[in-house]
Amino acid sequence: MIHLIEQIINGLQLGFVYALIALGYTMVYGIIRLINFAHGDVFMIGAFVGYFGFAVWGLPWPVAILVSMAVCALVGMAIERLAYRPLRKKGAPNIAALITAIGVSLFIEYFTSLKFVFGPNYRVVERPFADKLFHLGPINISSVQLLVMGVVLVLVAGLQFIVYRTKVGKAMRAVSHDRDAARLMGIDVDRVISYTFAIGSALAAAAGVLFALAYPQISPFMGIMPGLKAFTAAVLGGIGSIPGALLGAVLMGQAETLTAAYITTDFRDAIAFGILILVLMVRPAGLLGKAGPEKV
Amino acid sequence: MRSRFFVVTGAIVGLYLILEMLRRTGIISLYWAQIMDLSLIITISAVGLSLIYGFTGQFSLGHAAFYGIGAYTAGFVSKSLGGGAGVAGFALALLAGAAAAGLVAFLIGLPILRLRSDYLGIATLGFGVIIRVLLDNSHKLSPALGGAKGMLGVPQLASFVWIFWLAVGAILLARNLIASSFGRACISIREDEVAADLMGVNTTALKTLAFVIGGALAGLAGALYAHRYPFLHPSTFDYLKSLDVLLVVVLGGLGSLTGTVVTAVGWVFLLEWLRAILPAEYLDLRGVVYALVLIVLMIARPQGLLGGQSAKGGKRRAVA
Repeated sequence: MIHLIEQIINGLQLGFVYALIALGYTMVYGIIRLINFAHGDVFMIGAFVGYFGFAVWGLPWPVAILVSMAVCALVGMAIERLAYRPLRKKGAPNIAALITAIGVSLFIEYFTSLKFVFGPNYRVVERPFADKLFHLGPINISSVQLLVMGVVLVLVAGLQFIVYRTKVGKAMRAVSHDRDAARLMGIDVDRVISYTFAIGSALAAAAGVLFALAYPQISPFMGIMPGLKAFTAAVLGGIGSIPGALLGAVLMGQAETLTAAYITTDFRDAIAFGILILVLMVRPAGLLGKAGPEKV
Repeated sequence: MRSRFFVVTGAIVGLYLILEMLRRTGIISLYWAQIMDLSLIITISAVGLSLIYGFTGQFSLGHAAFYGIGAYTAGFVSKSLGGGAGVAGFALALLAGAAAAGLVAFLIGLPILRLRSDYLGIATLGFGVIIRVLLDNSHKLSPALGGAKGMLGVPQLASFVWIFWLAVGAILLARNLIASSFGRACISIREDEVAADLMGVNTTALKTLAFVIGGALAGLAGALYAHRYPFLHPSTFDYLKSLDVLLVVVLGGLGSLTGTVVTAVGWVFLLEWLRAILPAEYLDLRGVVYALVLIVLMIARPQGLLGGQSAKGGKRRAVA
């Protein structure tokens, strides 16, 4: 029983990191219907910048997270400006944007694995603080787990505030609802899309730093699997829906951890994606997504 | 019409004879011969995806899974036969590879082809990951499959004759299918599934059929691969390989078979050529150049190199 609870906590830690990544996917998808394949790589850049921050430049870790978020926000905006906006202006088909996103993803992975950038090898991350175990009755929680969950909760609350309480958030919701109508209402759609990328990328950066703290090994290709899983989580919860992304990510984290703990570690990834396929077949719009009427 | 048939047949046979002669005389080195074979194998697989996505419009991010199923099935059959059965055994292995991939495509396609566009993509992606995990653990089923260590010992029976003519066969099959009423129905599904349905096209059956044929072609390609390159590893059939084939189909232009074939061959050679011209210390740049070429091509020609016949481009399906 205690083992089960500890596994659930491990799953929450993983799920919360997925949640931060999934939010970026879901926001971008909600606003321009694009699976931003490069998002997992922004997460990777975030992990590296955070690592440089606290391990090389000697910043305190909260500052390192903020620096990483700022850098990645710029990276996200640059990706949108250079790769996706030209296609949007041309009225290119959706698939062209998707392939471009794959191209951007490969570009970031290969570019950062060049020797003069991050280098192709794994790096072991030394935590900037000692990992302590807290005892809540019979249950152990580590300080890293508390840190991950705390930071994620703060960021999600911040996102909630931005999306529902600020003018930018209102504009984002309007654009995602109906882009043409939003433009007619005088909303600068390009700028709103740019902000969406900035916010999503900043969240991915935070996720990257937390991931590096929790699972202390980073490499230029580390973003692929968490990226895929976070995207899966977003689809699972209903893509375009922020609470959906959170729910999907938490479920995904649980599925993965519990499978590894109780069934088999070998088939961990297979089971996570198996659940996804089953959910899609029963509820194609995801758990919290709304299936709109089909437009002919 | 008759004369055109003879001209095309003559051209293909001529091309084959010239290539075979260049290979025999060593003007095409063993290294480049190997690349040429790979490009033809990728062509077969890409033609399969072209049927599924380019013509029927069913977005798939898991094509490499069928390629892998074909490779492992055929490899296993051949390995079990021990290469003693000669040509008949090889043909049986190829058939088994294609059939296994087709069967899996049927079983997985029937439920998931109800999904649309991105959702279908993500479901097929998940399917691809699952197959990769199963291949990683395949040694538990039979030690001969090797699991995550990779599979060795498949007899190397796939000569250029087989690869070339099977590639030609795959292209002809696809071309004739597309020109048939089946093909027209598939294209109507791509253009507008609801309208096709209303016009009496049995969309479920046709989508599944296209998926099965495309999957089987990928399986055939995988089966050839297993008999041409002595080392099979699950990472050869993962998600990045699915992207490779997708890139070929999209860059070639959706709904252009010529585009698919030309791009498949061109893409494989471009990658190898980059390896050949880049000095050793800049070899790492290959991935960067590959990605940049991709991005620039996509922004410059979003409809693909030879695309443009499809009504799917343009404003109607603009990036919303």
